[in-house]
Amino acid sequence: MTTTPTGTTTETTTATPTAPPAVEEEHQVRRRRRLSPGKRLPAGRIAGPLLVLALWAAASAAGQLDPGAIPAPWTVVETGIRLWTEGTLPNDVLTSLGRAGAGFAIGLTAGIVLALASGLSRIGEALIDGSVQLNRAVPTLGLIPLFILWLGIGETFKIAIIAIVVYVPIYLNTHAALSGIDHRFVELAEVQGLSRSAFVRQVVVPGALPGFFVGLRLGVTGSWLGLVVLEQINATSGLGYMMFQAQNYGRTDVILVGLVVYGLFGLVSDTAVRAIERRVLSWRRTLSS
Amino acid sequence: MAPHTQQLTRPAVRLRGLTRSFEGRTVLDGLDLDLPAGQFTALLGHSGSGKSTLLRAIAGIDHGVAGSGTLTAPERVSVVFQDSRLLPWRRVLPNVLLGLDGKDAEERGRAALAEVGLAGRERAWPSELSGGEAQRAALARSLVREPELLLADEPFGALDALTRIKMHGLLRQLWERHRPSVLLVTHDVDEAIVLADRVLVLSRGRIEVDLAVEREGGSHGEYRARLLHALGVTDAGAAAPGPPLRP
Repeated sequence: MTTTPTGTTTETTTATPTAPPAVEEEHQVRRRRRLSPGKRLPAGRIAGPLLVLALWAAASAAGQLDPGAIPAPWTVVETGIRLWTEGTLPNDVLTSLGRAGAGFAIGLTAGIVLALASGLSRIGEALIDGSVQLNRAVPTLGLIPLFILWLGIGETFKIAIIAIVVYVPIYLNTHAALSGIDHRFVELAEVQGLSRSAFVRQVVVPGALPGFFVGLRLGVTGSWLGLVVLEQINATSGLGYMMFQAQNYGRTDVILVGLVVYGLFGLVSDTAVRAIERRVLSWRRTLSS
Repeated sequence: MAPHTQQLTRPAVRLRGLTRSFEGRTVLDGLDLDLPAGQFTALLGHSGSGKSTLLRAIAGIDHGVAGSGTLTAPERVSVVFQDSRLLPWRRVLPNVLLGLDGKDAEERGRAALAEVGLAGRERAWPSELSGGEAQRAALARSLVREPELLLADEPFGALDALTRIKMHGLLRQLWERHRPSVLLVTHDVDEAIVLADRVLVLSRGRIEVDLAVEREGGSHGEYRARLLHALGVTDAGAAAPGPPLRP
């Protein structure tokens, strides 16, 4: 084919290690310094928490920590077991789960319905989007006094506040995903002659699911956050109430038990959402692998 | 082979005085064009000459673009885009069947996939396909609807040179079997000559050159020179196909 006067240097890509370099003073190729962090460590995520736990246990055993301020890990475990078997912990956990669950369910439904209404129709958008954006600008926990006056200080206002904390991120992320559908896919749907409902079902909704799951995870976290605050306001049962009472009696071990349970709630629910997300968005896994 | 004079039959596409403009800039300027049924036509032009605008007008997806003129096109029109535009959340077969229903749809989808050489890949995700495979799937998606008119907007523009050659063969083969009218928008002069029976050059909003390509007896080099001249490319090296001359 073509031969240029200095042609031989152009074919170095297929050179085998044994082939002598075409140019005499060619220096050996040095690997570039790697800038990415490299391979993940096995059990990398849990290493940090385990280290903290070990330090805590060691300091407690050495008598370096005031047991009144920070009780030893085993004290917390003992208290937890005792509260679970003899105390009100199961009842408190159930109450808290009930509140969070009810608020979450309402918030989830409202978030999805409003996002669909506002993402799929211009009228819906005009009516809903601005209102939600306003609602979002007001810190939801700031609504507590008003809601107590409206709904009384019972369960209803607690559930209502949790629902608001949950619906906002779900709405925002789902709406953004719905309105951010790639216009190329809209064009494709037009060319393929899809009906409006087929377009929504087959293109818009599946395309918006990744955004919805971002909102869902924020919503789940939000429901626990709201719960912690609400259960310290004039509650007579629930984890927050238990911790509030423990504060009055200086029982840091009970407070820590409460925090551990809250932590477990958060961890379990987030893991569950992730698992659902992985299943539903299985088409995305092929991208990262 | 198809006789080249099919003017007697009703044209598949008929444009009269088609004008389109973007923000006051006229892109198509009173364009007249007939595409006979079953003809393979290529449309050349510089980028920005309005090739895609014309194709999108015929496809009926140029919403919100100012314009006038009359345009008739067949009922069943398929479009192949430069990107395969497969929905990433659907496997290959459901992607091919997008917008199609009926009992035998799935069967037809499988047949179309087999025809483009993707038999056995029905359950693959689009992200698992190579660029060439994805574009084959897109071809299958447009074929399964048995279009009377196939519009292709630089369908091979994003493929590597070897894959492109294979796709040329496939497209020509599919056209010979199904005989839709084809309007292929491209900026590749050689691609236009190799594939089409008629090559148009769009310039300043009008058809500047309308060249019939004879499959037998025609000279590729001659066609190429004419088309390049019409496109304003006068480089001496561009006159002949093959490897460029040494400086």
